Amino acid sequence: MLPGTRPPSVSRMGKRAAAIAGLTEWAPKRVWDEPMFTMEACARLAAEVLADAEVDKGEVDGLVINGLRESPMFAPSALAEFLGIRSNFNEVVDLGGATPAGMVWRAAAAIEVGICETVLVFTPSVPAPPQPGANGGPMKMKMGAYMGGEVWGSPQGQFEIPAGLVAATPSFAMAAQRYMAAYGVSEETLAKVAVDSRYNAQANPMAVFYGKPITIDDVMSSRYVADPLKLLEIVMPCYGGSAVLVTTAERAARSPHRPVYVSGYGEHLTHKSITYAPDIVDTPIRLAADRAFEMAGVSRDAVDMASMYDCYTITVLLTIEDAGFCPKGEGGRFIDEHSLRYDGDWPLNTHGGQLGMGQAGLGGGMSHITEAVRQVQGRGGERQVPDCNIAYANGTGGMLAEQVALILEGA
Amino acid sequence: MVHFSTDGRPLPTPTPITAPFFDGLRERRLVLQRCPRHGYFFYPRGRCPVCLGDDWEWGELSGQGTVYSFTVDRAGHDPALASRIPFAIALVDLDEGPRLVGNMVDCDIGDITVGMAVEAAYEDVDDTTLLGFRPVG
Repeated sequence: MLPGTRPPSVSRMGKRAAAIAGLTEWAPKRVWDEPMFTMEACARLAAEVLADAEVDKGEVDGLVINGLRESPMFAPSALAEFLGIRSNFNEVVDLGGATPAGMVWRAAAAIEVGICETVLVFTPSVPAPPQPGANGGPMKMKMGAYMGGEVWGSPQGQFEIPAGLVAATPSFAMAAQRYMAAYGVSEETLAKVAVDSRYNAQANPMAVFYGKPITIDDVMSSRYVADPLKLLEIVMPCYGGSAVLVTTAERAARSPHRPVYVSGYGEHLTHKSITYAPDIVDTPIRLAADRAFEMAGVSRDAVDMASMYDCYTITVLLTIEDAGFCPKGEGGRFIDEHSLRYDGDWPLNTHGGQLGMGQAGLGGGMSHITEAVRQVQGRGGERQVPDCNIAYANGTGGMLAEQVALILEGA
Repeated sequence: MVHFSTDGRPLPTPTPITAPFFDGLRERRLVLQRCPRHGYFFYPRGRCPVCLGDDWEWGELSGQGTVYSFTVDRAGHDPALASRIPFAIALVDLDEGPRLVGNMVDCDIGDITVGMAVEAAYEDVDDTTLLGFRPVG
């Protein structure tokens, strides 16, 4: 960005601005040794994020969650009761991997319109303590392959599941296959996304792949899981958890860290199953990102670092293009010509992305936001991007379905 | 909703609105709803996904189309289908417009390409008939 420019404390929508003032994040782990109820996890995350932002619990008047295992109904009120919070804004967000980004802009928008002042945004993903009578055994992160499609009346259960189009990898693989046929990107170029991410993870001690760099050859020789995607192009599911605190720009200015304005946001979706995506290689992030950049009034060139949802390598390529950082069809060349490393010319997913850090459930999506905030706040440590003032962060949910873009600007 | 075949495959559980589609498959016919304004649509539902009109009629399609994209499941993402790997899943654009999903059959999975011409294929599993696609020409 231009030196000396500062985002206004009044948003371009004419309302007061919202800012992220604090964060907390647990290192993703394949096996979680300390089972916790979701409510307990939220309580611990709340204590940590309030301490990070130096905000008193009594100032909190908003809660955003994805749900609550211990209270599938009335989840926000159950959490408010559990945490002892009198809350004016209570939101359940259900956007898959785009949930955290969707949570952050909803919190910011609620603050902008004045319905609340300070919002806790939670993305816990930990196993519950063993239930009496239930089978024990090691707890590893698993996602139901049918993703709700098995219920009576679900179209997915009648048309996709019997064909084996379940989980996420086959859907993203079909996007990659179509992209390769339409634009001719090589598997080596896709592999470079995984390699650069893993390089970044070597500067992040919290990464599940810390101490484990990889090469293009490693990716190319890993086994095909769903053609053309190979094992090392796919995230590792983990447990973990994170939270951020969103508040008014005015309150954020009294916190110890540099306020990070949520200065632009956009969201778009069209489908659940990839069968019904209007065009599987022209993704919803296009409209979400256009709206976010327009709202923030910043150009793509002004972005100092990008934090793009990376469940697979192909997701990053499609997002680079569709979020407008290069023309359609040139994402492969963009990846080949730029270093995506924290010390490179186009820093991307400096925490290692989910490909390098692990996908801690919804915490995986949140990791793109926490890392962007860290970078803008100058808390990047060994992997700090110099003079980082504007970050682009986004989330991708489901089958290239729900997509949310955020522009995060330092005060 | 799914139920499972005697050998453990997930099978569709038709609803009142989708049953004519599955009844058609059992008769080796591909039938979809056709809106008088917006043409055929998939999957079956009570109202046209373009105009929300309910004056559609069932119509029979040629079953001819082209592969929009495909993948080969080599990992068994559905444990219930793990014994069938590797198998190919294809998105197929029918000549009449709608995009459908099904397994590729009667071919070497290494020969499948984007843009390949295919036709509907029918596979009986217990009391259900599944829609698949096979190469033509």
